[in-house]
Amino acid sequence: MLKFAFTLCLALLAIFTHAKEALPASEDPALEARMLSITSELRCLVCQNQTIADSHAGLAIDLRDQVRSMLKSGQSNEQILNYMTARYGDFILYRPPLKNSTFVLWMGPLILLLTGFGVLVFVLRRRNRMPAENFEPEEMEFTEDPDSSTRTF
Amino acid sequence: MKHLRFLLPLGLFIGLVFFLAVGLKLDPKEVPSPLINKASPNFSLTKLEDNNKIIRRDDLLGKVWMLNVWASWCVACRQEHPLLLEFSKQKMLPIYGLDYKDERIAGLKWLSNFGNPYDSSLFDQDGRVGIDWGVYGVPETFIMDKQGIVRFKHIGPLTPDVIRTRIEPLVRQLNA
Repeated sequence: MLKFAFTLCLALLAIFTHAKEALPASEDPALEARMLSITSELRCLVCQNQTIADSHAGLAIDLRDQVRSMLKSGQSNEQILNYMTARYGDFILYRPPLKNSTFVLWMGPLILLLTGFGVLVFVLRRRNRMPAENFEPEEMEFTEDPDSSTRTF
Repeated sequence: MKHLRFLLPLGLFIGLVFFLAVGLKLDPKEVPSPLINKASPNFSLTKLEDNNKIIRRDDLLGKVWMLNVWASWCVACRQEHPLLLEFSKQKMLPIYGLDYKDERIAGLKWLSNFGNPYDSSLFDQDGRVGIDWGVYGVPETFIMDKQGIVRFKHIGPLTPDVIRTRIEPLVRQLNA
């Protein structure tokens, strides 16, 4: 009986407990969303293939806090990106700015594409000038090859 | 000229090998610091060994000095430490530590266990000063000239080679 009463008491204690929803990471969801959109543009320098938004590295957590507090103090996205590049360089940006040192990075693919296109045009025009018999199917060479009889297959 | 055309793929191949070889030598962990040749970031931190004494950036103007970022939790710092102790005995320049994201007691204990090469260590508990210096991989080493301009940064443990070929000539040049 005593055991039963004790169990009942324990069960009734559950009345005072209640589950809460998980707290949002920040009190302000709009600010949090802005913070995530900025930090997903930034490379985590400790674990270089993750964004600061994704990374669990200590520095990434600090930098997310830093972005939060800068947003709270009313700074613009551009100011925050400037703050980051002043400290960690352009390398922190997943979309590096176009300048002399990144010219090849941005324009390289275009240059390769144009080069390829130029070569294609050159080859096609040269073929255009060739006489038609160049395009006759050639006879199978190896059937005429005197050495072919010596092959072992 | 025409009969040399068969060498073209070889030439392309050698070019490719050249670029790949250069690529192998690059270390993606070594990000060039935007601070080089810029004024060193401002800071005002307590000394690790005395939380009433504050060291500011401008206190260190007028001399060539070294800032070495370390922490008691940092394994690579332990690797670098004997070398730094050895270098500090030369008394070539004042060496300041930046105890990055550490606990005061743990930091002090680390120094008493492994030796203290620093003239003093700045205590950066929350890592805010570390952020201003662009620290991302402890240990890191900076050298400032007399005007407080950052002249050199090394990421990762110092090596005898870096000290001999980079740091010593630079300090001599800056002090000249």
